Amino acid sequence: MSKLPEMINKHHEEIRADWLKQMSTAVRRADLISNEELESQSRELMDAIASGARSGELTNLDGPAWGQARDTLGAISTSRAKQGFSTSETATFVLSLKQPIFNAVRRENPSDPAALFDDIWKSTQLIDKLALITADAFQASREKFIARQQEELMELSTPVVKLWDGILALPIIGTLDSARTQVVMESLLQAVVQTNSRVAIIDITGVPTVDTLVAQHLLKTITAARLMGADCIISGVRPQIAQTIVHLGIDLAGVITKAKLSDAFALALQRTGQVVTKVNGDNAGKRTLLRREE
Amino acid sequence: MERIPILRMGQFLLVTIQVDMHDRLAVQLQDDLTEKISECSSRGVLIDISTLEIVDSFIGRMLANIAAMARVLDAETVVVGMQPAVAITLVELGMSLSGVRTALNVETGMELLYELRGDFNSEMGG
Repeated sequence: MSKLPEMINKHHEEIRADWLKQMSTAVRRADLISNEELESQSRELMDAIASGARSGELTNLDGPAWGQARDTLGAISTSRAKQGFSTSETATFVLSLKQPIFNAVRRENPSDPAALFDDIWKSTQLIDKLALITADAFQASREKFIARQQEELMELSTPVVKLWDGILALPIIGTLDSARTQVVMESLLQAVVQTNSRVAIIDITGVPTVDTLVAQHLLKTITAARLMGADCIISGVRPQIAQTIVHLGIDLAGVITKAKLSDAFALALQRTGQVVTKVNGDNAGKRTLLRREE
Repeated sequence: MERIPILRMGQFLLVTIQVDMHDRLAVQLQDDLTEKISECSSRGVLIDISTLEIVDSFIGRMLANIAAMARVLDAETVVVGMQPAVAITLVELGMSLSGVRTALNVETGMELLYELRGDFNSEMGG
């Protein structure tokens, strides 16, 4: 039976002091984490390791005895991911525990090379596993963060704005994939119902490329809007995109396309029977007046 | 047997679907409507589906068929008030109902019918 668990428990205060010293010379991001926080994190982790080691199990960390250590590492990784630490910096936090433990092991076994080697090997395995748990937790929290940002980006990038009475505009920024088309379609149709709009302008100035798939998605959206009784106008077709559309043989027959949003808006006003005219007099050219055509 | 009522409004017919559409009902509507169009020599049909929440390919095809039949009988068909979810479903089913006119609600649908008949102003002017 190895003396390692017992040793860790007995010397864990010294090991921790040694570890803190170690960390202050190794990677130490004073800009990201305070001394007090580091101190409390190391104390928490060391306590958890000591309590895990008390079970005598050092190779398999999946058991309930190591639950506290796993939770602590998870919490530390999550907070470090938020603070902006890199993966290697976070892993180093745990890996720098190696030397202090080795030192303690050496002090325990002054005259028995076989036991010394045995303990060193066991503690290496232990620390490596702890480091892997840390890296996994770090990665997981980063991925969660990215997924949330993607979701937010999706919602931010599909606004439907009301331009005028009965006229909606939908400026699309970024590439249109199936998931976004779904969001775009739903928000557009919802807005058509809410605002009672007869014309919707889909502005694709912010769409970097239009391929057959994007065109198909656009056509789907337009068809759905038409089924509800709203006409769609595509605006913001850049010259390169016009060329691409023709080269790819995409059939946009039956869809009104305009080069600029202003052209589309003018047509939309005409469709809804409205005109915008300049006011003569003092403020000529500065103010416009809306008049409904009889 | 339950039926969908068909109301006569001058030269137009008004159909409001307010129950869950099932296949037999759809076929019945098709029969009744064609009969009514020829009986009243109607010039237009307005179908309000604003309360229809579920639609399948059969109902979609039925709408397209009704429009085609009405056209043969010299009447325009306008489908009004389609729900967003229904529109998305039809598009995903690949049915664009290209032969059917659409409008947002009954009011704009009626305007469209008058416009299509070319006597919008005389009707509105009285």
